[in-house]
Amino acid sequence: MEAKINYKSELFRKILIYAFLIAFGIFMIYPLLWVFASSFKTNDEIFKSLSLIPKHIVANSYIEGWKGTGQYSFGTFIFNSITLVIPVVVFTAISSTIVAYGFARFEFPLKNILFTLMISTMMLPGTAVLIPRYILFNWLGWVNTYKPFIVPALFGTTPFFIFMMVQFLRGLPKELEESATIDGCNSFQILIKILMPLCKPAIISMCIFQFIWTWNDFFNPLIYINSVEKYTVSLGLNMTIDGTSVVNWNQIMAMTIISMIPSIIIFFSAQKYFVEGIATTGLKN
Amino acid sequence: MNYNKKRNLLGYLYISPWIIGFLIFTLYPFSMTFIYSFCNYSITKSPVFTGLNNYIYMFTKDMYFWPSLINTLKYVLMTVPLKLAFALFVAMILNIDIKGVNIFRTVYYLPSIFGGSVALSVIWKFLFMDNGIMNKFLSYFHIHGPSWLGNPHISLFTISLLSVWEFGSSMVIFLAALKQVPNELYEASMLDGASKIKRFFSITLPMISPVLLFNLVMQTINAFQEFTGPYVITGGGPMNSTYVYSMLIYDNAFRYFRMGYSSALSWILFLLILVVTVIIFRSSNTWVYYENGGK
Repeated sequence: MEAKINYKSELFRKILIYAFLIAFGIFMIYPLLWVFASSFKTNDEIFKSLSLIPKHIVANSYIEGWKGTGQYSFGTFIFNSITLVIPVVVFTAISSTIVAYGFARFEFPLKNILFTLMISTMMLPGTAVLIPRYILFNWLGWVNTYKPFIVPALFGTTPFFIFMMVQFLRGLPKELEESATIDGCNSFQILIKILMPLCKPAIISMCIFQFIWTWNDFFNPLIYINSVEKYTVSLGLNMTIDGTSVVNWNQIMAMTIISMIPSIIIFFSAQKYFVEGIATTGLKN
Repeated sequence: MNYNKKRNLLGYLYISPWIIGFLIFTLYPFSMTFIYSFCNYSITKSPVFTGLNNYIYMFTKDMYFWPSLINTLKYVLMTVPLKLAFALFVAMILNIDIKGVNIFRTVYYLPSIFGGSVALSVIWKFLFMDNGIMNKFLSYFHIHGPSWLGNPHISLFTISLLSVWEFGSSMVIFLAALKQVPNELYEASMLDGASKIKRFFSITLPMISPVLLFNLVMQTINAFQEFTGPYVITGGGPMNSTYVYSMLIYDNAFRYFRMGYSSALSWILFLLILVVTVIIFRSSNTWVYYENGGK
């Protein structure tokens, strides 16, 4: 008898949890789904219903929205974002791995102090370096180019990633490296041939995070890029909502969706690394 | 040169990109923020030393300084606790052994992958416009929804909810920490007859407190610097109710090109964040529990 009651209350508890998880899940992604659906609706219909199924499906919101405002299309902005993001991701991955290797596998004077310094810059708010960095890049003639994004990436300027790689490298056994040393490999060959393949999961999650952060970034493009032909997706999208006086809601929604697609693709194709990456380092946002 | 010295040099060689980057892109700008803050500097002309003028102007004459600072403080106080509470609550539910947890985790995490993007701000605008979908939803229950973004008393709150919506990464960090809590602890306390609430406060919370500290510090630092949400959604309005401190820095630096003055503003924000972070770390002695007694 008692077991039966227990079973019942257990079942009831599970139903309650599922009901909550589902209701909350709908609440969480409804706005995203609604914007997606609305990008196919007519402008008259958009704010009249909460429905996720358009009454009349229109696709010209994508065609018209893609044309952008004036002479540059959304294609330009996407191309620009890609030419900015890809070098940033690649250089971040390379520089962070090399620096992490130095911290994880070598003993040298002041190492602990330097490592602590690096960790503490993780907590340095960007605002503390903002103005002089801008002045420096302006003086170098880098404003309105992508160099303020790409060049710092060469120098391991995201300490989060260095820390993440150091943690990962520390977890790898040293035996392989020792035998490779005996075989005559130098330390750089060990990094390239032995450690890099083992670090693949960590490197992938680093690339994913850097891609998404740089792709979503709005503030830095806003201050460094000032000609529309060099606008990134986030600047282009911001311009679309600023500039439309006769409001073509469905075009804005279509371009909002377009701007999110790269992040979605990356997220779903590499979800495993995503979750691992956050869990091992615990990252921002 | 013996083997060890050679290895020392190699170590420096590998970390040298970071050392160079640190000197040029962090230490130099950081010091210059402090120095410029005592100057009148309009990017085209060279800086002129003006002593404490920037700070005096800031505290006594700049009519936007105090309101924007207060807006930012309000924003931090609304966003951070709410976001962390949500993240922890949902993580605890997901930590229960049920089928389909991965799907829910993905769904809850999804908004976070667009974290801080213009796209999410645009969506928020559509949600909370006067004729947006939130008020449409409320109208089904015959509730006349407020002007979420137009009413200066609630506009900042509406924007802070956007950040709460992005609780996913804090949630994943909590979830990883919850999985580390040994089951024996719960079993033992169940034998002792501890209630669920008691178990939460005497086991769960102490065991995950280092992670809570980490999330608290990082989220606080980020919230103090929030820019995109208010800038894109309301542009600081209505009646400057969402005009946050980073917008004040942005306007002074990149619209009026008062580099000296905006450096002073940045310096004050940096000090404020530093003080708050130190307070959090100091207080953590009393509430963060380290299993192996420190470190």
